[in-house]
Amino acid sequence: MGMPPSRREFLVAAGAAAAVASGLVISVRPARATPVAMRDAIGKVVGAAKVTPGRVKLELPPLSENGNTVPLTVSVESPMTPAEHVKAIHLFTELNPQPEVATFRLGPRAGRARVVTRIRLATTQTVTAITELSDGSFWSDTAAVVVTLAACLEDV
Amino acid sequence: MAGALINAPERAKRGEIIEIKTLISHPMETGYRRNQSGVRVERDIVRLFVCSYNGTEVFRAELHPAIAANPFIVFSTIATESGALAFQWTGDNGFSVTESHAITVD
Repeated sequence: MGMPPSRREFLVAAGAAAAVASGLVISVRPARATPVAMRDAIGKVVGAAKVTPGRVKLELPPLSENGNTVPLTVSVESPMTPAEHVKAIHLFTELNPQPEVATFRLGPRAGRARVVTRIRLATTQTVTAITELSDGSFWSDTAAVVVTLAACLEDV
Repeated sequence: MAGALINAPERAKRGEIIEIKTLISHPMETGYRRNQSGVRVERDIVRLFVCSYNGTEVFRAELHPAIAANPFIVFSTIATESGALAFQWTGDNGFSVTESHAITVD
């Protein structure tokens, strides 16, 4: 073992060191929401209520070239009557610096529960939509987006 | 210079669901970027958008930094009566813009 490390040993060791270093870089990166932060943000909105997948449809492109502006459409199957309508639609991301994206509040006068906007995505991740209906129930949908150019990280 | 664009029908049949497209010119500075000297750039975003139809609120959006620059929001409402759709955007640093759109309902 007194011999100098072979090329192979050296590369293996260097790779391990680089992996450790990059792990450290990620762990000290500030202000990045994690799936846990998203769960907390969702918890603040829904409280103790149960969130069931369904009823709401979230549409995003599966591949986005520019994370600075990603088109998003969210719609809910609802008759939109005073007795039965969508009260709110909340959008969350798991890996942006903060999990909240937007909250839309609507009611029977909307006629149709469908909202279109453009969002920022810091990296490849899953976006979640949660809708609150007039009967107090919560429904969700998710959409995974691969982002090639990330938002938020560039210098001014 | 804060420009707002509204795209909505000028005439509609009573009970018809009309689509309203809105765009407000705003940088939506996230507060997470740093300038070249490493100093964090202060957040400056539109926080709230409200649409009222003849004085009654019909749609509201609470926005966060994850909304893209120049917030674009499309929503709908039922054409109930002739009158005005009023739009208001408010945000950081006293940002406030109002816009109005007249509609005739037959």
